[in-house]
Amino acid sequence: MTVKKTACASALLLGATLALGVSSFASAEMKDDSIMTKFMLDRFETRHQDGEDVLSWEAQINARTDYQGMAFKTSGERLNNGPTESAEHQLLYQRLVSEFFDAQFGIRYDSQPGPSRTYAVAGLQGLAPYWFEVDANLFLSNKGDVSASIEAEYDLLLTQRLVLQPSAELTVAFSDDEEIGVGSGLSSAEVGVRLRYEISRKFTPYVGVNWEKSFGNTADFAREEGEDTEVGSVVIGVSAWF
Amino acid sequence: MRLRMMKGLILAIASMAPLGAMAGTYDLVIDEQIVNITGKDKKAMTINGQLPGPTLRFKEGEDVTINVTNRLDVDSSIHWHGLLLPYQMDGVPGISFDGIKPGETFSYQFPIKQSGTYWYHSHSGFQEQEGVFGSIVIEAEKREPFKVDREYVVMLSDWSDETGDQIFANLKAQSDYYNYSQQTVGDFFDDVKANGWSAALKDRLSWGSMRMMPTDIADVSGYTFLMNGKAPETNWTALFEKGERIRLRFINGSAMSYFDVRIPGLEMTVVQSDGNNVQPVTVDEFRIAVAETYDVIVRPREDKAFTIFAESVSRTGYARGTLAPREGMAAEVPELRDSLLLTMSDMSMASMGGMDHSSMAGMEGMDHSKMAGMADMKGMDHSKMAGMADMKGMDHSKMAGMADMKGMDHSKMAGMADMKGMDHSKMAGMAGMEAMDHSKMMMGSSSANSDYAPGSGLTPEAANGGKFLVYADLKAQTPFADYREPDREIELRLTGNMERYFWSINGIKYSDAEPVRLKMGERVRIKFVNDTMMMHPMHLHGMWMQLDKGNGRFSPLKHTVNVAPNTTLTVDVPVDALGEWAFHCHLMYHMAAGMFRKVIVEEAVVPAAAQ
Repeated sequence: MTVKKTACASALLLGATLALGVSSFASAEMKDDSIMTKFMLDRFETRHQDGEDVLSWEAQINARTDYQGMAFKTSGERLNNGPTESAEHQLLYQRLVSEFFDAQFGIRYDSQPGPSRTYAVAGLQGLAPYWFEVDANLFLSNKGDVSASIEAEYDLLLTQRLVLQPSAELTVAFSDDEEIGVGSGLSSAEVGVRLRYEISRKFTPYVGVNWEKSFGNTADFAREEGEDTEVGSVVIGVSAWF
Repeated sequence: MRLRMMKGLILAIASMAPLGAMAGTYDLVIDEQIVNITGKDKKAMTINGQLPGPTLRFKEGEDVTINVTNRLDVDSSIHWHGLLLPYQMDGVPGISFDGIKPGETFSYQFPIKQSGTYWYHSHSGFQEQEGVFGSIVIEAEKREPFKVDREYVVMLSDWSDETGDQIFANLKAQSDYYNYSQQTVGDFFDDVKANGWSAALKDRLSWGSMRMMPTDIADVSGYTFLMNGKAPETNWTALFEKGERIRLRFINGSAMSYFDVRIPGLEMTVVQSDGNNVQPVTVDEFRIAVAETYDVIVRPREDKAFTIFAESVSRTGYARGTLAPREGMAAEVPELRDSLLLTMSDMSMASMGGMDHSSMAGMEGMDHSKMAGMADMKGMDHSKMAGMADMKGMDHSKMAGMADMKGMDHSKMAGMADMKGMDHSKMAGMAGMEAMDHSKMMMGSSSANSDYAPGSGLTPEAANGGKFLVYADLKAQTPFADYREPDREIELRLTGNMERYFWSINGIKYSDAEPVRLKMGERVRIKFVNDTMMMHPMHLHGMWMQLDKGNGRFSPLKHTVNVAPNTTLTVDVPVDALGEWAFHCHLMYHMAAGMFRKVIVEEAVVPAAAQ
């Protein structure tokens, strides 16, 4: 399902990028202004937690020139042989705003059981000093609720191919949206450590651990629904790009 | 792969006698064929079935017609690198002509107005990387100022089993794709052991704050380095008889690779660079930038084999051949030297722009490699060393120690030429330095003439501790007739973004840039300021660049000049060729990414005043 979705999105992205007319081929011989596409499967993993296995993914497709273009991001979880628990898709216009960062604007649509939300998104994605890959976003939902998330990753090279990657993601909500179980304040945190082996730059299996916790009102909502507020898991997966 | 270069190469210069009006016709066919260089069959692009293409031997004064047939299924072209010719014959698609369509033949016609060693290559896509290149040898009309008994072309190149498109896409998608010598946790602890926690950590933080890597020497790895199309183990061999003078015409036809070239056991006398005769200078080793040429004369006096060793500056491999009195001989092949590490000296202020001031605070963050420039200080007497030692700390109070050095006697200063380096670039980013008097820092009256930023990690050293060629050693054989002050100066900052693999000039890529406009007859000084951490071999088509290294009217004429990281290099261009010309970094993927300009030479409205 994911694959089909991304293929669709990919076509859409290319179309959108071309439609923007971002590229004028000043010289057929030079490739300095061409559109590049990159499909990044950052994580595609099985999370083994409390007796159940969950499939989790995080991917991004870029279709862009050096300066601007489109991005499609998708992430989510589904139970093995079960329904999708949560999925988040973003279609964004991105534009280089500094040497290392792109500003991104667009929409996010969450598909999950129960009520869903659509959001306007504004964010920054890039490489922060000291080699932190950062993705920070501000969301405004169609119900008027504002939330923010920041995700950071760091690569620690044990050898040229064996890389330990700690990562963290924090989500903050500025108001309650009880219907979807989000309470104001720090709503959730996710921390992970993954050890990957770069068979090639483009294909990297990994193992790791991941820990998620919800806080404050969000945790209260979860408890009311009878859900866990803290989940630890052992993960095994692959990342790839092409 | 079948090469039939030997026949042409073994020919000595039989006759120097000038001939009358000559006309020669040459045919080149660009095609695809399977080659096997690394043990894997791979499609390459060849010229007349060869890789590299055949050596074209012209005579000065000859009118040549070169019919180039394109049997590829994409457009192609041939550019005559370093030749002075009408711009329509220069072979750059989109600038000089429309390119050669599949199945078509383009007839290049131009007079040969120069002599020396040159080369030719495709200027379309990444075809040069895939095999469309070859050498040009032009016999001089007049007697040359040196005598040789034999001569060989030594064409260096880098071969990849990947296509140029794949390599470029990989670099664009992940700029460190090919860097498998990045600093690991283990390296960090080695540094801790050598320099202490604080120094090791500060070093990592200062690189991290810039999001740059000291191991970024070359963008692409995985190359097999070739000498005249042969891999090192195939051992290209040039024969000699003991006592003969042998002219080796080194050409760097690589897409991305610089080489440090030496022949252990033999001195090399450099007599020509980029086709122009220079006053002979004897060296043990020289660095050849991409697209440069150097002609050297060697004279083996023993009946034994010598290794021609061209070590890639990335230290990931070497091209190798043998000078031997008989076929089938080999000499010892040296080990690769340790890889070079960039230092803070290789960082310009511009590239440090985003840096956190505090992170630069202490120079003690310097690791050993950065101190390299100081190695020569051993000649100093002890009391003065103390002042130097203080430099490590580099805080204000310790600068006094630096001032002391002024008092050193001259002989000792000589060895310290590199100390200069401790000032400008390295200090630039340092807190508290503002208070310092720059003039005091400018010690070491005699410049080391290095082509690299003082303290640069790229500064070459001869493997045998001997003489390494620097640009200032290149003095033209004859003074330049129209040597004068330039009429104006154009500053070209070489810029880029390593992380995103952007390369540009003055921050603007080719596709967004206005052409550089020059007037016929003017003399323009071009000031290259390298704001990046990489070396850039800058190549101007159609006209010479007179390399300004303080040699006045003996400044040599070059078609390609290497601009080292965080340095400024000036060249004067006698503008003497109307038309539209290409001007670019000759690293193939930098050029493709946009480090490129069109130069338009227009008729001067008012004729330039005669000087």
